[in-house]
Amino acid sequence: MLDQQYEVLSHVPPPAPASSSQKVKSMESSASKVSPQPNAHVTPKLRVQDFNFFYGPVQSLFKIDLEIPEHQVTAFIGPSGCGKSTLLRCMNRLNDLIEGARYEGGILLDDLDIFNPLIDITDLRKRVGMVFQKSNPFPKSIHENVAYGPRLQGLKNRVVLEEIVERSLRGAGLWEEVKDRLHKSALGLSGGQQQRLCIARALAVKPDVLLMDEPCSALDPIATAVIEELLFSLKKELTVVIVTHNMQQAARVSDQTAFMYLGQLVEFGRTKQLFTNPSKKQTEDYITGRFG
Amino acid sequence: MKQWFKHIMASGELFIWGCGAGLSLSLLMIAGLLVLILINGFGYFWPADLVELTLKDGKHVIGQLAGEDLSPKGDRRIRMKIGNRDLYGLDFRWINGEQIVEQTKPVDLVMVERREWGNFYGRLRTLVKEDQTVAEGADAVWHALPSLLQDAYSSESESPYSMLVVDANGKEKSLTLSQVIRVFRPNDLSTLEKVWVYVGNVWTVLTTEPREANTEGGIFPAIFGTVMMVMIMSLIVTPFGVIGALYLREYARQGVIVRTVRIAVNNLAGVPSIVFGVFGLGFFVYGVGGTIDALWFSDRLPTPTFGTGGILWASLTLALLTVPVVIVSTEEGLSAVPREYREGSIGLGATKWETMWKVVLPTALPGILTGLILAMARAAGEVAPLMLTGVVKLAPALPIDGTWPFFHLDRKFMHLGFHIYDVGFQSPNVEAAKPMVYVTTLVLILVVVTLNLTGIILRNRMRRKYAGSTV
Repeated sequence: MLDQQYEVLSHVPPPAPASSSQKVKSMESSASKVSPQPNAHVTPKLRVQDFNFFYGPVQSLFKIDLEIPEHQVTAFIGPSGCGKSTLLRCMNRLNDLIEGARYEGGILLDDLDIFNPLIDITDLRKRVGMVFQKSNPFPKSIHENVAYGPRLQGLKNRVVLEEIVERSLRGAGLWEEVKDRLHKSALGLSGGQQQRLCIARALAVKPDVLLMDEPCSALDPIATAVIEELLFSLKKELTVVIVTHNMQQAARVSDQTAFMYLGQLVEFGRTKQLFTNPSKKQTEDYITGRFG
Repeated sequence: MKQWFKHIMASGELFIWGCGAGLSLSLLMIAGLLVLILINGFGYFWPADLVELTLKDGKHVIGQLAGEDLSPKGDRRIRMKIGNRDLYGLDFRWINGEQIVEQTKPVDLVMVERREWGNFYGRLRTLVKEDQTVAEGADAVWHALPSLLQDAYSSESESPYSMLVVDANGKEKSLTLSQVIRVFRPNDLSTLEKVWVYVGNVWTVLTTEPREANTEGGIFPAIFGTVMMVMIMSLIVTPFGVIGALYLREYARQGVIVRTVRIAVNNLAGVPSIVFGVFGLGFFVYGVGGTIDALWFSDRLPTPTFGTGGILWASLTLALLTVPVVIVSTEEGLSAVPREYREGSIGLGATKWETMWKVVLPTALPGILTGLILAMARAAGEVAPLMLTGVVKLAPALPIDGTWPFFHLDRKFMHLGFHIYDVGFQSPNVEAAKPMVYVTTLVLILVVVTLNLTGIILRNRMRRKYAGSTV
């Protein structure tokens, strides 16, 4: 793991020792608080404000403040247990399913408070789709899987459904591979295809935001490359938030990167900036593989 | 030595052998039981040869050999089915081997299947139509019989013909043809013809009603009653079991109460079935049925309509008996549905109920079917609660027929399990009924196997539908 990380970052020129310590010092003095808006000129899609989260008595997120810009890919990185998945799952309130889950602060989708008890939670989840770490196609046919979301919304017209299925599968880059076997079981697909099917399934309800929880961690490098490729086309249509363990991946696919550690947002900024010139010592240690 | 022992214990081979031996023993016992039932059950239909014995005292005996053993004194003795219950009062007789002078199989011996008094073994003598002799002599009567029997069988009125038959010792007996079901000469049949008779016998047993206190004839009403009761029970138990399990597993707050309920449900499966029978009688028959009678069928009282045992009450009682099985396996099926499916569905904007209905339940269907298969197997074999809630010895009126409203769920019914008990232990002629017990047992086993196989095939098809590699 360590070797891998060194290898990744070998192309990043290590900063000269003297200037590095200088920089850290200057950053510490100027920005002790992480700026929630690294690029103010882009409209934020999701705004996390002063957000705390608890599993029962255990607090797992501390005072998170960040703004996720529209039509960009935002990556959350950090060691296991740092709360990145928890934060992601808060964004479409999947954590509601967990008994004893509790939160403070707010998350705004555009200007909508997603924790407002008056909003329709299923409506929120339609606007904020989710792709999971383990591909989870339902044990149904490929067509049924993609049509699941639209059907929930009461869509019954066969022709329209077929259109949606084709569009979504094309959007997920899967159409050419499965167009002849739409009515076969989705469990017969390969791991990478299953994951793209899950993306297609999420796309079928036309979400504004797509949350991805380590979508490639169970895939081989080729399938991973296909999905990463997909992210570039996806961000034209929607906003993507991706949690990943793989720093190369974050570096390759994301526009913004947030580094989290022990439930705190350590640093949030443009990916290039964060990887080449991190402002925090912890971030630097993590991306250079000194811990994590 | 010590080293060797230690090695054996550590490798666990001893235990593997022990387990293997235990399994083999169980399988052997089951196989033995099945073979016994199969031999005796299938043997019943075979038209055995008729034997005529000449004894030392000059008397003759006609009958079918039914085994031999050693008498308490140590002599070989033969057991014969001699039939002719109206003449001898007994169906079976022991004959000492030393008394037998000669044993022959004359071709002209006939076996007459009658509506009363069991079989007649002997010879044909004359055929009479209203005091006029139509045919005389064994062969003449034998050739004249088939068409006349056909007429007698199809006509409603009493046949004008009767035949005079004689037993081994020349004792005469007159039988009107309406009393006669079939006459044949077993010793004259070729193997192929015997096979034909065999098939006919099987068909008769499966499709006709019982005769003579259930010891003769068929068991069709019992087969029908058993299958129908199991079906009704399945229809009732599945929704209740699934709903119960769904609530317990998915909706109820997991805690002390749910744990207690779960333990109670598991223990319910161990309650003796007769207790369920008593409960069914008290609650369903007298309570619910009595109330229905009082409200809607008061004009027929005091004759009860629903306030007495019937197939509906029996099915309900059995549903109660088997609901724990369905709940337990449905819960297992539900807990085996990966959390990812639920999250995936909820993440797409489905409500919890939509997730349950469209993803979780279909995925858990094989588990639910397993429960149903177990429930059906248990219900089909249960007798004790049925005796209190609606099974009777003889109920030729089926619970489904052509008169409105076609389904007569208030009717009493016959059941294979009870039939075994009744024929085997309550019949006036236990010895003669023994083959019938084997046949009924065989049919009951076949019915259970068929029901189970249907369920298993259904489940496997469902599993195949959802199967596929995940990588």
